Amino acid sequence: MRSIADQDGVAGLIDRLAQSIRRDAARSGKNQVWALVGIRSRGDLIAQRLAERLKDLVGDRVGSLDITLYRDDLSEIGAHAVVRTTEITFDIDQCQVVLVDDVLMTGRSIRAAIQSLMDIGRPRRVWLAVLVDRGGRELPIAPDHAALDLTDGSVPIAEDEVVEVHLKPTDDKDEILIRRKEGRR
Amino acid sequence: MTPATGQPYVWTHKHLLGLDYLSAQDIRFLLNTARGLADVSTRSVKKVPALRGRVVVNLFFESSTRTRASFTLAAERLTADVLDFTVQGSSVSKGETLRDTARNIEAMGVDVIVCRHPLSGATHQLAQSVKCSVVNAGDGQHEHPTQGLLDLYTLAQRLGRMETFDFTGITVAIVGDVAHSRVARSNIHGLRKLGGKVILVGPATLLPRGFADMGCELSNNLDEVLPRVDAVNMLRVQFERLTSQAFPSVREYATFFGLTTQRLRQAKPGLVVMHPGPINRGIEMDSAVADGAQSAVLSQVTNGLAVRMATLFLVVGAQGAAPAQA
Repeated sequence: MRSIADQDGVAGLIDRLAQSIRRDAARSGKNQVWALVGIRSRGDLIAQRLAERLKDLVGDRVGSLDITLYRDDLSEIGAHAVVRTTEITFDIDQCQVVLVDDVLMTGRSIRAAIQSLMDIGRPRRVWLAVLVDRGGRELPIAPDHAALDLTDGSVPIAEDEVVEVHLKPTDDKDEILIRRKEGRR
Repeated sequence: MTPATGQPYVWTHKHLLGLDYLSAQDIRFLLNTARGLADVSTRSVKKVPALRGRVVVNLFFESSTRTRASFTLAAERLTADVLDFTVQGSSVSKGETLRDTARNIEAMGVDVIVCRHPLSGATHQLAQSVKCSVVNAGDGQHEHPTQGLLDLYTLAQRLGRMETFDFTGITVAIVGDVAHSRVARSNIHGLRKLGGKVILVGPATLLPRGFADMGCELSNNLDEVLPRVDAVNMLRVQFERLTSQAFPSVREYATFFGLTTQRLRQAKPGLVVMHPGPINRGIEMDSAVADGAQSAVLSQVTNGLAVRMATLFLVVGAQGAAPAQA
């Protein structure tokens, strides 16, 4: 197990994400309504922290999305599936919605999240912002923003290793870890 | 939901036959799952793909409109296919009919059988004779677990206990024909497991002493009990099940055990009024009470959908992974 970012590192990465979302917003012109939707169970925490930095852009349009019911591996995970609430209290129709997740790998969660969003409403555009892109895609999905890009092989990750983002208050401290796979989180 | 130490909780019940067979943790997990599913019904597309390609069969040996409609809609909101199978009372022995019918249906390749049957224990027998999941939608005078669960959910919603589903310090009166009521039994098991206190109220003829062994207080006096409780669950007078003279007249029953506007004044201001439906207006409660602000009757119906979605989702999820158990 090794740490690739500590508390300050995580804060810096979230700053970077916020800045690049802001740049997109500036380019997209006026009169656009922006919103953040985080995928449970770490993306929602990142979305909340981004919202603190983007208060003027998104206001209180911050939601969390549970994708359990949209997963394509439900029959395999079976009894391990835990359904949590989806909390999106604003109207996403015509919104510029930034989907937020912690680690992007296969892209399957993102596919599920997009389908779920489309069932909730009709956003004008859906963006994807992730804290870490570790590569390993199984679907044609690419992030608009990745604060930490590991796809260039700069940090070697073995096949049996996972990248985990830990965030308070769900976890004890903020950090990004690479560790050996061991069952489900 | 995940304890600080040890293994994370996993739902292992392939069947839902009664709340008697679930732990407090099981019940809370199911109610939390229902919370996660409730918002599906408020969105523009009221459907999620969780049970796509699965088949749910409603196998009803007793007439039912509401429960069946609720299960059907719940299954459809999870994108399952639904088959309705109604068996009217016939001269054939019920036990044989049940087994044969169930095996015939199972041969069509179904994943869940939702069964209502006039005999207590029928769904247990069914669960033993088929490989798919069985959900009890009411068996005789035994249990009606999804009704019990939706009552717990509604109570938690009204009393602000959705975060914990813990009913410590809460007292609920279940009023009426307790003897014949599967709704009462499921409620008693559920409330007791989640920390609540239960007072059963009714005429002595419909209130067997044995219920005291389930940890309930028994009373024949609604007026005395009403000021002490946080919620009442008014059971329907089931004319179809009352064979002997259980009480002298409907009017007398209504006088002693009906929830009238006048009687409601003796209760705590925030009293939650529940009824499993359909209401005999003027008997179990006045129309003014049934339609009043304290009535949770329509919330019960709405919540029934979420609870049944959670039930179907979880029993299917436990298939294969779980050891065989009720």
